[in-house]
Amino acid sequence: MNRTALLYAGIIFTVIISSIGLVFIPEYQLFRLEPVEAADGNLYPQPRTEFEEAGRRVYIAMGCVYCHSQQVRPEHFGADIDRGWGTRRSVARDYLYDQPHQLGTMRTGPDLVNIGSRQSDDNWHYQHLYDPELTSPGSTMPKFPFLFEKRTLEPGREPPFNAIRMPPGVLAENEYLLPTTDAQQLVAYLKSMRHDYAVPEAQP
Amino acid sequence: MVLAVQDPSEGADPRQELRSRAEIDRSCQGPVTLFVASAVAWLLFGSLLAMAASIKLHSPGFLSHHAWLTFGRVRPAHLNTVIYGWAAMVGIAAMLWLQTRLSRVTLVFPRLLTAIAWLWNLAVAAGTVAILAGHGTGVEWIEFPVPVALALALLFGAVGLVSFYTFARRPPGHIYVTQWYLFGAILWFPYLYLMAQLMIHLGGATGVVQGSANWWFAHNVLGLFLTPIGVGAVYYLIPKVIGRPIHSYYLSLLGFWSLALFYNWAGTHHLVGGPLPAWLISVGIVGSVMMFIPVTAVAINHHLTMVGHFHMLRTSPTLRFVVFGGMSYTLVSFQGSLQALRGVNEISHFTHYTVAHAHLGVYAFYSMVMFGAVYYMLPRMTGREWSSARLIRIHFWGSALGIALYWGGLTWGGWLQGRMMNDAAIPFLDIVRFTIPFLWSRSFAGVLMTIGHVAFAVLVWRMLAGAREPARAPGPTLLGRPRGEREINPAEAQ
Ligand code: HEC
Repeated sequence: MNRTALLYAGIIFTVIISSIGLVFIPEYQLFRLEPVEAADGNLYPQPRTEFEEAGRRVYIAMGCVYCHSQQVRPEHFGADIDRGWGTRRSVARDYLYDQPHQLGTMRTGPDLVNIGSRQSDDNWHYQHLYDPELTSPGSTMPKFPFLFEKRTLEPGREPPFNAIRMPPGVLAENEYLLPTTDAQQLVAYLKSMRHDYAVPEAQP
Repeated sequence: MVLAVQDPSEGADPRQELRSRAEIDRSCQGPVTLFVASAVAWLLFGSLLAMAASIKLHSPGFLSHHAWLTFGRVRPAHLNTVIYGWAAMVGIAAMLWLQTRLSRVTLVFPRLLTAIAWLWNLAVAAGTVAILAGHGTGVEWIEFPVPVALALALLFGAVGLVSFYTFARRPPGHIYVTQWYLFGAILWFPYLYLMAQLMIHLGGATGVVQGSANWWFAHNVLGLFLTPIGVGAVYYLIPKVIGRPIHSYYLSLLGFWSLALFYNWAGTHHLVGGPLPAWLISVGIVGSVMMFIPVTAVAINHHLTMVGHFHMLRTSPTLRFVVFGGMSYTLVSFQGSLQALRGVNEISHFTHYTVAHAHLGVYAFYSMVMFGAVYYMLPRMTGREWSSARLIRIHFWGSALGIALYWGGLTWGGWLQGRMMNDAAIPFLDIVRFTIPFLWSRSFAGVLMTIGHVAFAVLVWRMLAGAREPARAPGPTLLGRPRGEREINPAEAQ
């Protein structure tokens, strides 16, 4: 083999070996992972419903991942657990149904992997998404007004049952706010996020 | 010997050489200038997106009423336009030109390359629109929809074939170290990009393994695509400008092969503390720390080449940008190695510190080297000189001070942000408020950098718009008077 061929071979070899090491071997190690049965008889992690999965696509389309991670680091490494972002560290098994992954690398906002166990109130989420400062003064999270529909109330009528409850002064007297399907799916997804079941690798 | 310390075109009959070099440069004019001009357009557009994203982080009400301008779209649109628009296109331009120069043959298939440039622009535009419309994939660095990504991989493969063909036509001789790096970039990138698509978007990897594939890819875009082009260009340009060969053959060799061996493995340091097998993270940390070897080798080699010629930084625009870039390469790589250590990463991970680090790599190192390369290439291809030394100076200082402030502000702010985040007694919203002044400093830095880019774009525009006129200034546009030259008496000059 001449020297140039050796150069090409070396270049190709180094990258293939690294893909084997960092991608294929981990895949081989982890692809057989399965849900575990918990004390309540259910299998965890639970697959998401269609509706929640659609919400996950909204989460991706809105780019929430650029400010929110989805992983709890172990005890004594950072303060994730002390901050209440989870009761145990996240493990590979928790992500069986995540396609594509949304692990995230930025925490401009808090970690969200257990937001479902922290905040289960739809109305809170709607207010927060409509204008984060309503629930969290000083927040720099963007508003998502385009996930809502503002409607005008006919005189003498009551807002429908699914209108979002708002603090006074945010909307005009004769206005009410409805979540779009996107918003409903997104909130359903947020509420489904929890890594609080016991797994053999880590206990809550 | 395979690897030469000296540019192989050096040394033959000087008059003969000059003529053929000019001929080679002219053969590059069409396609290579198209790649450069497109890259500069993407740089401007990417700067706009960057400003929007930056301002949104301290003033979230800014442009917040349309889904397509929300932070979560503008930010990935910025990343993808500057990486696949600016960085990749200017990199391809440099690669094509360096390969013809070092192979001593004129550019082949110019029409094919022109078509590739237009298709590349089309693909990046389509991908960017898709991201802004909410069809991005949500996976960092690979946000373009799969068809766009496949198109880019294919087009890049075609550029690679042209480069190989150019190389194959060369008269017998040495392979210069720059060419090693170019072959690296050419062979590494398509494999990385295709494999990432396959493993992440086409179902190859499950759950967290996608995270590993994600960072194996994303880190290597910088390490095995942009870095080799950048380092390769430095290896060519410093000796060319100062007229002296690279200091050491063995250091070049060591630098190249240790980069090939270790950079590949560093990516998983983006997942320290994450839900992946511990060995996988450890491998990433080891790979990162081992990067001290190639970086030190390259730094020493470049420094010892430069010794005695630093005064030329005052006059040569190319050298000024390239040396700034080369030094930033050393800095960013050392920082990166340290940042991978668990103790440091525990604090820096998930903060603006990482964002600062990324810009030190792609901007202070890679982009600055590419600016320098453009300042060297374009006059030789078009036969014209840069129209204004003042605009070059504005570009340099805008970019240099801008990135210094950018890096300084976010490194400092990000570090403190990380320390506060690791103290559960501090409410999260206090941290949010605390970072705001640092985020303002970043927006201000962004303005400086953008001013630099506008000056650069004006220069490139003027040069290309006037390329058909025969005018040629009497000498190169320098930033100051070269040492030892007599001051020209204004009266005498008239
Ligand atoms: C620009 C960065 C940014 C983006 C983008 C962003 N957030 Fe946030 N988010 C924050 C910040 C900062 C906070 C903390 C203050 C607050 O509660 O508003 C936060 C808080 C939250 C919380 C409350 C967490 C808790 O522990 O109470 C939720 C839920 C949330 N965000 C969901 C989302 C969703 C869903 C998206 C995408 C549609 C999103 N965020 C996009 C910055 C962001």
